[in-house]
Amino acid sequence: MKIGRGELIAGRALLVALMAFTILPFISIFMTALHPSGTVPSGLEWPAHPQWGNFVEAFKMANMTTLVVSSVRIVLFVVPVALVISTMAGFAIGLLRIPGAAVLLFLFVFGLTIPFSGIIIPIYFLERVVGIYNTPLAIPLPLIALYMPFAVFWMRAHFVNMPSEMSEAARVDGATTWDLFWRIHVPLARAPIASLGILMSVWTWNQFLLALVLVEDPSQRTMAGALGAFQGHYATDIPLLCAGTILILLPTLVIFVLFQRQIIAALLQGAVKG
Amino acid sequence: MPAPARSTTTSTVTPDNGPVAAVLSRRTYLSKRVRRETFIGWLFVLPALLMYAVFVLVPLLLSILYSFNRWNGVGPMTWVGLKNYLTVFEVPDLLGSIFNAFWLIVWFSFIPVGLGLVTASVINRVATGRFGEIARTVVFLPYIIALVAAGIIWGWLFSLSGLVNQILEAIGLGAITRAWLGDFDWALSAVGIIGIWVLLGFCTVLMSTAISKVDPALYESARIDGSNWFAEFVSITVPLLKQEIGVCLTVTVIFALATFDIVYVSTAGGPGNATSVPGLQIYILAFTQRNIGVASALAVMLMILVVVIIIPIQRLNKETEQ
Repeated sequence: MKIGRGELIAGRALLVALMAFTILPFISIFMTALHPSGTVPSGLEWPAHPQWGNFVEAFKMANMTTLVVSSVRIVLFVVPVALVISTMAGFAIGLLRIPGAAVLLFLFVFGLTIPFSGIIIPIYFLERVVGIYNTPLAIPLPLIALYMPFAVFWMRAHFVNMPSEMSEAARVDGATTWDLFWRIHVPLARAPIASLGILMSVWTWNQFLLALVLVEDPSQRTMAGALGAFQGHYATDIPLLCAGTILILLPTLVIFVLFQRQIIAALLQGAVKG
Repeated sequence: MPAPARSTTTSTVTPDNGPVAAVLSRRTYLSKRVRRETFIGWLFVLPALLMYAVFVLVPLLLSILYSFNRWNGVGPMTWVGLKNYLTVFEVPDLLGSIFNAFWLIVWFSFIPVGLGLVTASVINRVATGRFGEIARTVVFLPYIIALVAAGIIWGWLFSLSGLVNQILEAIGLGAITRAWLGDFDWALSAVGIIGIWVLLGFCTVLMSTAISKVDPALYESARIDGSNWFAEFVSITVPLLKQEIGVCLTVTVIFALATFDIVYVSTAGGPGNATSVPGLQIYILAFTQRNIGVASALAVMLMILVVVIIIPIQRLNKETEQ
C-alpha cells in the first residue's frame, strides 16, 4: 500500500472537518442550553454559571411527562401492529409467492415515492368522516399505513432469500401455513424484524406533519410534533428552547448509539434493494 | 421474481407418469390445495393491504378528485376542471415553491451524494480502522434526530448571534454576517446547508458499505501501480458504485422534494416566500386558507414530479445492472 504522507494528512483533515461540521451544532445548543433563561448568548460560549436547572424547567414547561406518555403510547401502538402485518405480508409475497405477488410488491413499492404531504389533506378529511380525528387513533392508523411500503418491502427482502427446502420439509410434516409462519419463519426473521422495529420507533418519535395536522392538543402528539409547538411558544427564550430540543432528541441519540448496527443495516439494505 | 410461484406448482404435477385418471384426480386435488393456499396467502397480505389501501391509496385518489374541484372543506364541492392546476402555474408563490424544491435538490441530493462518495472513498484510503468507523458514526448522527430538532438547532446557529456568524467573525469575515435565514438571497441556501448536515452521514455510510463490498484486489493493484486518490476514485469507486449512487440519489431527491419539517420550523417559508416549498404551501393552502382544491392540485403535481424525476434515475440503475 502506497499512500503518501500528504494524502494521509489531507484525508484525515477532511474527515475531522466533517466531524466538526456535524458535532459543533450539538455542542452549540448544549452550551446555549446552560445559559440563564431569557438571555441571548453567543453561539459557542461556556456560561459563567451553568444553569442545569434549565433542563428541569424545559421539562416542566413542555409538559414533558404527558408528552413522553403520549409518544410512548403512539410508538407502542404503531410499531407492533406495523411489524405484525408487514411481516405477514412480506411472508406471503416473498416466501409463499402467492399469485399476484409481483403486482402486490409493485403496489407497495410505489408507495415509497409518495411524500406524506401529498396525501395529508385527504387523510385529514377521511379522519373527520370516520370520527378518529383528534383521537388517540388519529396519528397511529395512517402512520401504520404509511410505513407499509418500506416495511413490506423490507420483510419481503428477507423472506425471498429463505431457502424453500425448510418450508417443504415442514409441509411434509403436516404444518399449516400459520405454523410455517409463526413457528418456523418468524423466529428466523428475528433480526430483520428487530431492525425494522427500531427504525419505525425512531420514525414515529420524529414524526411531525401527521402530528401537526391530525391532533390539536400538542401534549397528545409525538415528541417531534410537540417540539414544533414548544418552539412556537418559546422561540424567544433561546436557552430554554435549546434545553427542550436536547431533551427531545436525546432518546433517539441514545437508541442510535445502542442499536447503531441494526439501524444502519435496516436503512441501508432497505435503500439498496430499492 | 414473479415466475417461481407458478413453476413450483406445475413441476409437482408434471413428473407424475401414472395412469391418466390418477393424474387427473391428483391434479384436481392439487388445484384445490393450491387454491386454498392462495386464499390463505392472501389472508396474510390482507391486513397490510387494507391499511395501505384505506390510508394511502384512497387518499391518493381523493387528492386527485379534490384537485379538480373548488372546495373549502365544509360546503359542497364545485367541479372546476383543470383550473386549480392553472392557478398553481399562475400564482408566482406556488410555482416558486416548486422551483425552490428543485434548487433544494442540489443541496439535499447532489452535494450530500457527491461529498458522501468522496468521504467514503477517503475513509477507504486513509482511515480503514477505528478512526473511519468513528467518523462514519459521527456524521450519521444528524440523520437519526427529528428534522424538527434539526430545524430548531440551525435556526439558532444561523441567527444573528449564532455560531455561524461567530465563526465568520473569528476568521475575519465579520462584514458578511447576517441573519442568514431572514435574508432573501441566502435563506434558501442556508436551508440547503441544513439538508447537507442531515443527509451527508446517510450518503457516506451507504457509499462506505458499498465500497467495502468491492473486491479489495482492485484497489490493491491500483495502489501497487501507484495511482493516486483521484485516479482510484474516478476509475474504480465511481464506476463500481453506480447502483448505490442511483439509490442514494433516489432517496435524497424524494427527501428534497418532500421537505416540510425543516422549512416549517426554521423559516416557515420566509422571508417572503424565499424558502417556501410545496409541502409547506400544501399545508398553508389546505389548513389555514381552506383552499382544498389548489392545495390538492399542488399535492398531485408534487407526487407526479417525484415519479417523473425518479424514473430516469431508476432506468440508469437498471442499465448499469445489465
